[in-house]
Amino acid sequence: MSEVSPVSASRRELFDVQSVREDFPALHQEVHGKPLVYLDSAATSLRPQAVIDAVADVYARDCANIHRAVHLLSQRATARFEEAREKVRSFVNAANKSEVVFTRGTTEAINLVAQSWGRAYLREGDEVLVTELEHHSNIVPWQILCQQTGATLVVVPITDRGEVLAEAFEQELSERTRLVALAHVSNALGTVLPVADLIALAHDRGAVVLLDGAQAVSHVDVDVQALDCDFYAFSGHKLYGPTGIGALYAKERLLESMPPYQGGGDMIRSVTFEETTYNDLPYKFEAGTPNIAGAIGLGAAIDYFASFDAQAVHAHERAVLRYATEALEAVPGVRLIGTAPGKVSVLSFLMDAAHPHDIGTIVDSEGVAIRTGHHCAQPVMEHFGIAATARASLGMYNTTGDVDALVAALHKVQEIFG
Amino acid sequence: MDLRELYQEVILDHGKNPRNHKFPEPHNREARGYNPLCGDKITLRLQLDGDTITDVGFIGQGCAISQASCSTMTQAIKGKTLPEVEALFSKFHTMLTSDEGSDDLEALGKLSVFAGVREFPMRVKCATLGWHTLNQALGDAGDEATTE
Repeated sequence: MSEVSPVSASRRELFDVQSVREDFPALHQEVHGKPLVYLDSAATSLRPQAVIDAVADVYARDCANIHRAVHLLSQRATARFEEAREKVRSFVNAANKSEVVFTRGTTEAINLVAQSWGRAYLREGDEVLVTELEHHSNIVPWQILCQQTGATLVVVPITDRGEVLAEAFEQELSERTRLVALAHVSNALGTVLPVADLIALAHDRGAVVLLDGAQAVSHVDVDVQALDCDFYAFSGHKLYGPTGIGALYAKERLLESMPPYQGGGDMIRSVTFEETTYNDLPYKFEAGTPNIAGAIGLGAAIDYFASFDAQAVHAHERAVLRYATEALEAVPGVRLIGTAPGKVSVLSFLMDAAHPHDIGTIVDSEGVAIRTGHHCAQPVMEHFGIAATARASLGMYNTTGDVDALVAALHKVQEIFG
Repeated sequence: MDLRELYQEVILDHGKNPRNHKFPEPHNREARGYNPLCGDKITLRLQLDGDTITDVGFIGQGCAISQASCSTMTQAIKGKTLPEVEALFSKFHTMLTSDEGSDDLEALGKLSVFAGVREFPMRVKCATLGWHTLNQALGDAGDEATTE
């Protein structure tokens, strides 16, 4: 049996980026005849072999549906699926496993809250508060909810450095604010929001708070009990795990008060044509056969991540970000968008010489993968009066050498566009 | 994959200094084009007399490929009849999207500088934004064209 190999204890004490890179097979390839330099982890991170093996092992061995049959394969698959839930619980430090709902990702987790909690509790005239830097997936579900309920979407403006200030936030809070939906970390700018302060302010007004943790989980510590957030949504694929799997943390008393999100198998206790009784938490919110291999893969990703000292990983990324910030600022004609103090992982930038899309194509031809466009955050682009940026983003496997390759590729852009 | 094939001098020149980058007066057709993927936006206006495009211009912002394509398109279609324009777009589209590329580069004249875009599938929509917008302007709706 190919259990995911335990990572040796010595690695926990010393973060060695070269040995980390060995764990990620996708890094070891050439694109356009050049070694791949992957600077797009904010879109999706690469996966370590341990995650790939865990997913393959589900299909190769424990290939059965869960929570159903009495046969051994189903027992093993069920056990591993529920172990993965425990890993997620431990990772975000939820009090109870029943507070962890598996979803397709952050987007589905937010839609679940909007359609289940939101439709049950929002009334005409209520307000949902978001910030100007949210990803579309933390805007559109609330717009849909507002159309359905007659509630109003209220937006907290950002500063020109890309910050959300507590004063600006407090100004938009009102007696009608029922729900506050905030990015923990901005995907377009890298800003870390002062979520502890904002949550306390929102709770003072009696509002519940959802954090969109998609961009945060691999770059900052997450402790849902310490934060005291009511909902926390994140995706596996930005935490070195598979796509198509994510989780919603929700306080138990909230989950208990919420109607089901989707109906189907697994979320019921008994069904007749007259009446259906629903399953216990969290299964009430997990209709249908879930992404079993994805959840187990996410568990493997959490194991992999947890084999390192998180502070050492964050310190490494901060050092590369600092190096990259200075290196990009030294390239003539480059302007960084998003300069909040304490930001993580993301370098959004413009060049005088070329449009972001042209930058993307040219650096790609040098083997450097970055994202260009509006990053699903068009209101952020609007704030800065631009249509798009080029964005380099970091994962735990990136090095200052990757940054040097990007800078060299940007010089190529200038050579062509002169 | 050769970048110089993509970013030919003509494209860089038109990208930096787009021609007909103003609205013609008078005009009787207008359409807006938008590529949601990269945020490229153009507004195209033209004067259609009978079936001849007598004047055309655009205002827009976006990448070098989209702006240069729009610029060269306006030059290519000014004074042309609708059937001529349709034939030109069809040849242009074939050059960018068919497996074999164009069999008639000569007929495309200056537009043939975009032949290299075929090797960059992610950029084909940049090169066709102006043309889709033109189709929109010549159609009944005159609404927003999008590349999606």
